[in-house]
Amino acid sequence: MATLIIDGQELQAEEGQTVLEVAREAGIEIPTLCYHPFLEPHGACRLCTVEVIRHGRSRLETACTYPAWDGLEIKTRSPAVVQARKVILELFLSRCPNVPIIQELAREYGVTEPPFPTDDPDEKCILCGLCVRVCHELVKADVLNFSQRGIERRVGPPFLEKTRQCIGCGACTIICPTGAIESVLKQAAIYKEKPLGPASAIYVPSLQAIPNVPVIDTDACIRFRQNDRTEGHLADACGVCEMVCEAGAIDFDQQDEIIELDVGTIIVATGFAMWDPTQLAQYAYGQSPNIITGLEFERLSNAGGFTGGEILLADGHKPERVAIIHCVGSRDHNAHSYCSRICCMYALKQAHLVRDKTGAEVYEFYMDMRAFGKGYEEFYERVQEEDVFMIRGAGAKVEVLPNGKLRVKGEDANVGLVVSLEVDMVILASAIEAQPDADRIASLFGLGRTEDGFFAEAHPKMRPVETNTDGVFLAGCCQGPRDVPDTVAHAGAATSMALALMDKGEVTISPAVAYVDEKLCSGCKTCITLCPYSAISFIEEDNVARVNEALCKGCGTCAAACPSGAITARHFTDMQILAQIEGLLRVPA
Amino acid sequence: MGNNGFEPRIVAFMCNWCTYAAADTAGVSRMQQPPNVDVVRVMCTGRVDATFILKALALGADGVLVSGCHPGQCHYEKGNLNARRRVTALKPFLDAVGIGRDRLRLEWIAASEAPKEAEVIAEFTETIKQLGPSPFRRRQEDD
Repeated sequence: MATLIIDGQELQAEEGQTVLEVAREAGIEIPTLCYHPFLEPHGACRLCTVEVIRHGRSRLETACTYPAWDGLEIKTRSPAVVQARKVILELFLSRCPNVPIIQELAREYGVTEPPFPTDDPDEKCILCGLCVRVCHELVKADVLNFSQRGIERRVGPPFLEKTRQCIGCGACTIICPTGAIESVLKQAAIYKEKPLGPASAIYVPSLQAIPNVPVIDTDACIRFRQNDRTEGHLADACGVCEMVCEAGAIDFDQQDEIIELDVGTIIVATGFAMWDPTQLAQYAYGQSPNIITGLEFERLSNAGGFTGGEILLADGHKPERVAIIHCVGSRDHNAHSYCSRICCMYALKQAHLVRDKTGAEVYEFYMDMRAFGKGYEEFYERVQEEDVFMIRGAGAKVEVLPNGKLRVKGEDANVGLVVSLEVDMVILASAIEAQPDADRIASLFGLGRTEDGFFAEAHPKMRPVETNTDGVFLAGCCQGPRDVPDTVAHAGAATSMALALMDKGEVTISPAVAYVDEKLCSGCKTCITLCPYSAISFIEEDNVARVNEALCKGCGTCAAACPSGAITARHFTDMQILAQIEGLLRVPA
Repeated sequence: MGNNGFEPRIVAFMCNWCTYAAADTAGVSRMQQPPNVDVVRVMCTGRVDATFILKALALGADGVLVSGCHPGQCHYEKGNLNARRRVTALKPFLDAVGIGRDRLRLEWIAASEAPKEAEVIAEFTETIKQLGPSPFRRRQEDD
């Protein structure tokens, strides 16, 4: 521990701290442009100059590099210091006359005009080296460095050319105090491919996420990318999140875990997938960044999203005219013939949001407005009163015009005219569909699927959450398109069905199950491979097959296949069916 | 005996979950279909043993229809595929014994496809009318 006096205050400093750090902790402000807490101090900008009195001798030193020795006396605002900073700022202002942060600092010290002639009024770089240090110390890419000497000194990649060493992380742009590094890097960075992705590599997946903790996107995280790129030779890049996390919760070694549980009931709630609008070329999805799906719009208008909730076009401007097209991929025999059920209401909500946040004109192309739920019709009326243009007719075609605007063509069936509109943004209310791996889940749980690809419930009216596999229930959109209130109700029903089953402790099975007459069974195992429910097991010691009646669903496939006629499908026995056939045909027609 | 006034007798094995439900819907919706088909309900077309088909034909049925869920949508996952295998294997045999493969038909009709069910019944009845009475029936009637 060292004791020193800064501006008359007696302060304690820990071993290894600098004067600047001690002063900052005590709330004493010292201006600086080249200091960053995560990087080695460099003393480049000289703005943190303070008067250091040691052994009775006074000197001007940079606070960011000067160790907080015991017995020092520091003056941060003495006339000598102010004069020195003023000179430094005069030089800065002469070099970079149009950088707001320098103009502001200079004004604070009474410098309003550059006292020296300026070479280039657009110069922004003050050669503080923050970018060089961040690229070297944190990113460990070593792309940027100083080159030349004297007045020629500058920062850049080798030979000021593009280099493959740069991973496009954008750390230099973020850390640059004067904005000298163009946002070119940021635009070229990895998020170009997913403009609606998270704003940083570590983020909370959604504001309602459970558990509500951040996750690291390893495809974007500098540390993971550098590790992958160098095949493990560079495993300790960046780590800023680890440095700032006071709880020490960052664990880069965490791996995905597979947890095995023994359970009695299962609720399948695997949700839905968004239908990809590129499958129908008339919507021109993917041809312009301003043609977005409803889900992408949600990301755009989300306060936690990358625009902070502002509805903006790809070029950063506010849209003036927005078209929303309903039934994209739904109620369309070229895609899904069913109604996706949620789109009408979310499209109306989005129209309301666009009106509310941007005041843009909104055009809704709809076939039928399905405002089916409680309070929905009232909301539809409210949106109509907000001067949203309702055009009854499917949006037929979207075109990208040479000037970047979009043209939407469609028919207004109410007036019987073809409509052609020029808009800035098109929102496609795209369909929801079954998950692409629904077949795998279906065979895993023995679930049926309806024609539309969603999982089949046991009965469309009477048993909407049960499946034909006892103990497996469905909740939400995996069973069919539904909105939030319906999903909550469905999930609630599924949970109570599961709880009821667990509470009962036993299952009631259908009497129509298969039975093996072990005297006739020859042990050929044909039935075992055929059973879709693995209900038949082979008993080695008796050389016979045996049916587990709790698993058997009574399809009778085994009974039909059994070469020795040993298997009887109860309620559908050979005798019964043959008797039916005989009965049908005995009476002459 | 000519085909004039010939009313075929067709036995249809329908799976409980798809085609039987479709037939039910077709009936409730009052879709018109020929009355020549008698239905045997099974839980799954996988239950349909070749014996059942042969028995029906031997007893004088002019045609046999086996109909269940579309592949991949079987209530029991793949019972319908087993049925398909059996029907396919049986057809050459029907040719060999002189009944003819066209008297046995396999169709996938989902529960929601009531119109298709009515259509298939009408079409199959027409096919069998064209084929005329089955040789077994002719023999029975000759006796």
